[in-house]
Amino acid sequence: MDTTGSFLMPPAQSTYAGDVDALFNFILIAGLIIFVIVIATTVFFSMKYRRKGMATKTSGTDHNLGLEILWTAIPTALIVIVFIWTFRSYIKMSVVPGDAIEIKVTAQKWFWTFDYAEGANSVNELVIPVNQPIKLLMSSQDVIHSFFIPNFRAKMDVLPNRYSITWFEATSTGTYDLFCTEYCGKGHSEMLGSVRVVSEEEYKKWIDEGSDPGKGLTLEEFGRKLYVKKACNTCHTTDGSKGVGPTFKGVFGREEIMEDGTPITVEENYIRESILEPKAHIVAGFQPVMPTYQGLLKDREIDAIIAYLKTMKAE
Amino acid sequence: MSTATATNYLNEAKGWKSWLLTQDHKRIGIMYLAGIFFFFLVGGLLALIIRWELFTPAKDIMEADTYNRFFTLHGAIMIFLFIIPSIPAALGNFVLPLMLGAKDVAFPRLNLASWYLYVIGALFALYSIISGAADTGWTFYTPYSTSTSGSVVAIAVGVFILGFSSIFTGLNFIATIHKLRAPGMTWFKMPLFVWGLYATAIIQVLATPVLGITVVLLILERMVHIGIFDPAMGGDPVLFQHFFWFYSHPAVYIMILPGMGIISEVIATFSHKRIFGYKAIAYSSLGIAFMSFLVWGHHMFVSGQSELASLIFSFLTFFVGIPSGIKVFNWVATMYKGQISLKVPMLYAISFLILFSIGGLTGIFLGAVSVDVHLHDTYFIVAHFHYTMMGGTVIAFLAGLHFWWPKLWGRIYNETWAVVSCLMIFIGFNVTFLSQFIMGAQGMPRRYYTYPEEFQRLHGFSSVGSLILGAGFLIMTIYLLHSIFRGKKVGRNPWQSLTMEWEAESPPITHNFDKDMVLEHGPYDYDIVDAKYTEEGTL
Ligand code: HEC
Ligand SMILES: [Cu+2]
Ligand SMILES: [Cu+2]
Repeated sequence: MDTTGSFLMPPAQSTYAGDVDALFNFILIAGLIIFVIVIATTVFFSMKYRRKGMATKTSGTDHNLGLEILWTAIPTALIVIVFIWTFRSYIKMSVVPGDAIEIKVTAQKWFWTFDYAEGANSVNELVIPVNQPIKLLMSSQDVIHSFFIPNFRAKMDVLPNRYSITWFEATSTGTYDLFCTEYCGKGHSEMLGSVRVVSEEEYKKWIDEGSDPGKGLTLEEFGRKLYVKKACNTCHTTDGSKGVGPTFKGVFGREEIMEDGTPITVEENYIRESILEPKAHIVAGFQPVMPTYQGLLKDREIDAIIAYLKTMKAE
Repeated sequence: MSTATATNYLNEAKGWKSWLLTQDHKRIGIMYLAGIFFFFLVGGLLALIIRWELFTPAKDIMEADTYNRFFTLHGAIMIFLFIIPSIPAALGNFVLPLMLGAKDVAFPRLNLASWYLYVIGALFALYSIISGAADTGWTFYTPYSTSTSGSVVAIAVGVFILGFSSIFTGLNFIATIHKLRAPGMTWFKMPLFVWGLYATAIIQVLATPVLGITVVLLILERMVHIGIFDPAMGGDPVLFQHFFWFYSHPAVYIMILPGMGIISEVIATFSHKRIFGYKAIAYSSLGIAFMSFLVWGHHMFVSGQSELASLIFSFLTFFVGIPSGIKVFNWVATMYKGQISLKVPMLYAISFLILFSIGGLTGIFLGAVSVDVHLHDTYFIVAHFHYTMMGGTVIAFLAGLHFWWPKLWGRIYNETWAVVSCLMIFIGFNVTFLSQFIMGAQGMPRRYYTYPEEFQRLHGFSSVGSLILGAGFLIMTIYLLHSIFRGKKVGRNPWQSLTMEWEAESPPITHNFDKDMVLEHGPYDYDIVDAKYTEEGTL
């Protein structure tokens, strides 16, 4: 039996996914057999013993020791098999190999940040090398989130008060979905990311660039890149439509009314403040949900974002 | 005798006061029925709106905030205001004393009080809707629930009050079953529905207080920041999950055990056969009730609880599955060499066997901890609990409703329409939820307002199914309401059943029976006794 992947599951791309699928398939087949027997018997009895006219006395059989032992013993045996099986695969999923690369994962409403030991970081895109165990050390800035990569069969809640850990080893290169699976409010279904599994060399290159991400780009181009990479786009649009936050179209130089009624014209210092201390001034008509980027953006990156925002003129 | 047939519990007293101040368990049962039908309608409409929104991947008809409130309300209403009271408080109230040969429950006034608590709890829930509604999901997980701007406190107070309503009903039933059985009805001569209600009542009394305490802590946390769940104050948000599931897993059995009881009655009656493994079924109800307190951690396999704890919970979870499996085998065996009549209640019972088996068997995937890591919080879970809660409890409730309907009103619904609606519900249900198993296995997370393109087809399929389901229920509403006034009249025992409620008139007189009841034969003595039936009005 091909145990990697099941016709119900997405392609299996991690070292332990095959185990999970094999067990899934076993339960599926055993379950289907039991189900078919039970339902076929029910249907057969309802036809064979169909009542004709008024009911009369029927047989009084109400037990059959052999049968009862059988239908207790078989499910019990199956369950013992399933338990031993799940025990072994769960241990494999829980014990992190000693040589795993550690990456810090931070979840917050509603995006993921990945910090690498080498200093690189990324938002909503986890880049990892193929055939190497990866350990994720995860924590949340606000409510509980959950980190889920279907192709890896990996899932772990991300908590605000303690670290949680998960690990996996990708078996083939490619890009896979990353979902948040613990309900976390308005942006829960947009808290999506991706996992890019790359070759060893490509990973090295990415890490090097990661330490100096703006290399070779103009300030505006770099800002445009950051707008996506740092997930500003989950809340701010560039086409003039209202998102969770105000649109960036024509933002520079625009006069905004704050919650307390004071008007503010958007200029460099205000943008910087909005990014580092978003709660300082709240634009009227919006919730104070923008996270602070303190520590996540370097000065040059903030400059780049400001330069990019300036390019976005209203018609 | 002619006067006795003319007056019954429905027409003996008139006016709204005679209903609102009644202490008659039958009238209270009917009032519960009205309440739960209302909320089933509200919860069902919410479900249809949710399925409409999910028909396409992007936004269709509402904002994310509205969607989040709708699925929260759908869950909370269906669980707390519909399923939990459905079988025990509505049907159980009506038939329990009749099945025991008693005149009423042990504490009629407490019974009425529990109905009022239900109404007050429901009012709080409704108030929470107009004051902004909660957007936490019916599970109220912290710290989301303590930090959201949604109206959490009102609905939490509602849940607290509803909990007491449930406890009162449980207490009442325990006392009734202990004290008011007809002479001759020993414990093992009780109908299995009574055993189901008894096991349920024990869980209601023991587990519901934990829910009460949990929501009080939640309210205190929100209002005065006591810091028990709030990580910023050194609290632990996962502690909330432990408290919550310590109640809510047993609550799963509050919901299903009475349903299993109904299935035992219906299958025995419509197979006209002594029930197979009476004691196994009775004891397994108690076994399940006890075990249900020891498995809550299976909801928390990826919550960060210790791996050892997860493995222990996984192990125990499998063992609570076995008694349920045995019950299914017993029901099928009961049909062997019976005289099976495929009337509507029996069609629902067969439908239950199919759907509940799927619900139970898919539970094994989820109990296996390593597989659950993948399936947790996806649509697989959504499908699984709808198969057990709706395919199980709701279908069993409908089986019971159609079974006892002639006893409630003295009239019977139109058989043809009932069969049509039963089939539509069966088909619509499977179309809606089988597709959800597949998308869940493929990784579609639950509680998503928008979703990736690749799930479009399955979501579309599921939404179409929900329309078939809705249409089935619409037909049911019409023929049931019609039958109350226009249905064909039936006699005392239209199904030739041997349990005691069928010896009362249909509808029963206010004091239930026209004589003092003594047990003359066991509830399933179909091999010994010829079931009495009235020539006229037997179906
Ligand atoms: C979780 C959603 C969210 C994310 C992510 C987010 N913002 Fe915001 N942002 C908001 C909201 C809501 C407001 C309006 C309320 C306020 O003033 O805090 C806002 C306001 C602003 C403003 C002020 C705009 C005005 O018209 O006054 C700026 C500038 C800004 N954000 C920049 C950014 C940048 C740059 C990023 C990415 C690095 C970002 N935001 C990421 C939600 C978000
Ligand atoms: Cu989320
Ligand atoms: Cu549970």
